Amino acid sequence: MNNPNKKRLRRTMMFLNCQKPGLIKDPYIYQPDSIMLDLEDAVAEKEKDAARYSLYHALQEIDYRGVEKVVRINGLDTGLWREDIRCAVAGGCDSIRLPKTETPKDVEMVEQAIDSAEQEFGIPKGKILIIAALESAKGVLNAGAICSSSERLFGIALSGGDYTKDLQTTLSGTGVELMGARQHMIIAARAAGVQCFDTVHTNLDDMEGFRREVQIIHDMGFDGKSIINPRQIPIVHEIYTPKPKEIIFAEKVVREIDEKKAQGIGVFTVDGKMIDIAFYDGAKRTLALAKASGVYDGEL
Amino acid sequence: MEIKKPAVAGTLESSDCMVTVEPGGNGVEFDLESAVIRQYGYQIRKVTMETLERLGVKNVKIRMVDKGALDCTIKARVECACYRANEYKGYLPWGGVIR
Amino acid sequence: MINAVGREIPDEILKITGKEPFQGNFYKEGKIFTKAGPSIRPVMDNRHSKLLKSIREALEKCGAHDGMTVSFHHHFREGDLIVNMVMKEIHAMGLKDITICASSLGKAHDPLVPMIEDGTITNIESSGVRGKIGESISKGKLKGLAIMRSHGGRVRAITTGESKIDIAFIGSPTCDDYGNCRGIGGKADCGVLSYAIVDGNHANYCVAITDCLVPYPNLPAHISQTKIDYVVVVDEIGIPSKIATGAAKPTTDQRKLLMAQYCTDVVVNTPWFKDGFSYQTGVGGASIASTQYLAEIMRERNIKMGFGVGGLTKAMCKLLDDGMARVMLDVQDFDLDAVANLRNVNHHRITAGAYANPLNKGAFVNKLDYVVLASLEVDVHFNCNVVVGSDGMITGAQGGHPDTAQGAKCAIVICPLLQGRIPAICTDVTTVTTPGESIDVVVTDYGVAVNPARQDILEALKACGKVPLKTIEELRDIAYSIVGEPRKVEFGERVVGIIEARDGTIMDVVREAKEFKFED
Repeated sequence: MNNPNKKRLRRTMMFLNCQKPGLIKDPYIYQPDSIMLDLEDAVAEKEKDAARYSLYHALQEIDYRGVEKVVRINGLDTGLWREDIRCAVAGGCDSIRLPKTETPKDVEMVEQAIDSAEQEFGIPKGKILIIAALESAKGVLNAGAICSSSERLFGIALSGGDYTKDLQTTLSGTGVELMGARQHMIIAARAAGVQCFDTVHTNLDDMEGFRREVQIIHDMGFDGKSIINPRQIPIVHEIYTPKPKEIIFAEKVVREIDEKKAQGIGVFTVDGKMIDIAFYDGAKRTLALAKASGVYDGEL
Repeated sequence: MEIKKPAVAGTLESSDCMVTVEPGGNGVEFDLESAVIRQYGYQIRKVTMETLERLGVKNVKIRMVDKGALDCTIKARVECACYRANEYKGYLPWGGVIR
Repeated sequence: MINAVGREIPDEILKITGKEPFQGNFYKEGKIFTKAGPSIRPVMDNRHSKLLKSIREALEKCGAHDGMTVSFHHHFREGDLIVNMVMKEIHAMGLKDITICASSLGKAHDPLVPMIEDGTITNIESSGVRGKIGESISKGKLKGLAIMRSHGGRVRAITTGESKIDIAFIGSPTCDDYGNCRGIGGKADCGVLSYAIVDGNHANYCVAITDCLVPYPNLPAHISQTKIDYVVVVDEIGIPSKIATGAAKPTTDQRKLLMAQYCTDVVVNTPWFKDGFSYQTGVGGASIASTQYLAEIMRERNIKMGFGVGGLTKAMCKLLDDGMARVMLDVQDFDLDAVANLRNVNHHRITAGAYANPLNKGAFVNKLDYVVLASLEVDVHFNCNVVVGSDGMITGAQGGHPDTAQGAKCAIVICPLLQGRIPAICTDVTTVTTPGESIDVVVTDYGVAVNPARQDILEALKACGKVPLKTIEELRDIAYSIVGEPRKVEFGERVVGIIEARDGTIMDVVREAKEFKFED
């Protein structure tokens, strides 16, 4: 099972309440990388059933124009999650987001449910991916094991609200209470070769604070961020867009390494910097990101 | 499918519709209120009738207050109201009569 | 007869109105005509007092009669009290067959509906109508025809004598006892009296109504004592909170911000965006946001606006205060900041005629580089509808839409692709109010379409690579693929209104609305 979508670009993953037809009808005009159609927290208890019908038909009939369709199911501690998975898989989602993940076992249960749903609805085995949200101290501590719990798992995401409650603190705005989790999670994700996503920023009046937070998680190595409003998209994309200087440098690095490798040279300099083969993947990633951001149309 | 009791689904928000079903004894009695009835009245009725037919609902009084819902929302609300009225709690036939 | 925008204008209507069908924007270019003038009742006696005790007395002194035409301005917007106050007296006098010639009518004037139904009011000439009056006209309650004309078109109709005003009632925020009217100050401060200037010049009788009588002389007068027959003081002429509201909060709706960004990209990447350019925009969230985006780029590139014009808002006036625009030309003020900004010496009042009358010797709109407009519907011929709603009811006003769209070198319409389920970009608009030949660019949340007649704009936008270009047909097809193709709204046979082109020809007719019923 080698699903190429595991590595797709996911700078912005936007939550949308499945129960709001006005929200789910055309979020693609804002060009998020992924939408996360929510059956969990955003949906009132007595509308859980209604949200599924909306989800199914939206997935079936709305052309999301290449935006990844992730469905956030209800937690494993509810009686809802199995039917959520059936509905999402039958509708044709791309991925399932599992909330409150604490152990690799949680991911395995979801994986089994997806397996049987894929079979039931005639979907190629392995098409549907998983993202695990870590929302507790236990979940964050188990990040390493969770990251390698399933072939379907493309990444882990921090859910800061519940996590800080578990830590017996609150979101301060400085990020200090999330420091450990963020650092631990990105290390765990990279060690397992999966992606890592930051928590939502809920204060829409504080766009400056949002920008600072995105800059921090970008610099820490995160692949992207969960977001709650389309206004947040341009800011994330701007910060994740490689600067012209970085693009030119990456282009040189790729060209030089290709050339020097042929000549059997291992270490050399580009613009006065010592370069070796270890720079290759990073430079390739920069160019891919630049291409996706629409600022590079070179051939590399 | 039998409509056992009155049930409601949907809201009056923009792009949504509110569907009320009640047991009926006289086939499908459809009542529609919509700001776009002139442009989409026939289409809304067609989608509603097809959905009821798939569900096998033969006798129902169905009232819809539409706020510019797309076809996918109309189907979802009609299905939801009918399953609620039928008090069905089991696994749903996604891709079967729900499609 | 089919006119130049492909609309069937019934011969019967051409006959009873004596009008011609629309034949293109420049049909009357250079055609000489003679202006009409009012009948004047001179005042030479220095003991004559113009102050009257009541509107009733004014009506009597002005010879109010069955079948007369009375006129009003709409500077008090939804806070207007004048129209209802005057019409109540006319109704009480038992007069019939009245024509109302207003620069616009809104929801504030819902109380006129019973007077339409009982035959007091039988004709309405206005930029448009909202609320219950629109509904009443669409349901066929008005005995005569409603004529919808643009701000420039109204001035044209009055100066050519097509509309003859018997009595003009001019709500004036301040006035002296000899009739010098000013739009500024007082309780109902609306800043300017631009729409009423033509009434002052052409009505047989002019009555100033004020709630703030000031010592003589009230100068500089916006409408002079030489035009005013009588002055009536009342308790209240308008509701201040509904006249000029606080400046609208900047929108946070990303859909509008997206369209604002596209709009700004269109402006800054077309050839007229250079030092000294001219610009008009509206009051919608996207328009205001695009003005703010534009200001950033003007700063970056050190480009200053030559003049801004129109109904003005805080966003436009700020450009003037920040030294980024040379002058602002004011026909109407939408917020308190715009009213207050009239203190700036470079903020000039202009008349509606100077602004937009197509048959004067050149209006300000002719000198516009850019105008940013809204629309209920735009069709694949770029025709716009800003008057008739998707339910077939008259629900909007032409305002300066056709005037500025024709005048500007680059007329941009912003509208979201879908209004609820209604596709704003469609095959044929319900009613044509602004002809496609005037519209150059359509900005939607799904992309931007350029009128193929404007290859120059298309080339410029292609070259910049920043604007998501689509053809207008593509936009329509996207809309239809999402919401389905709408059925044509069905109307009754009877014509209830006329959409008049700027030059007085007929752009389209509005027919009686029909109740919807499933036909099987």
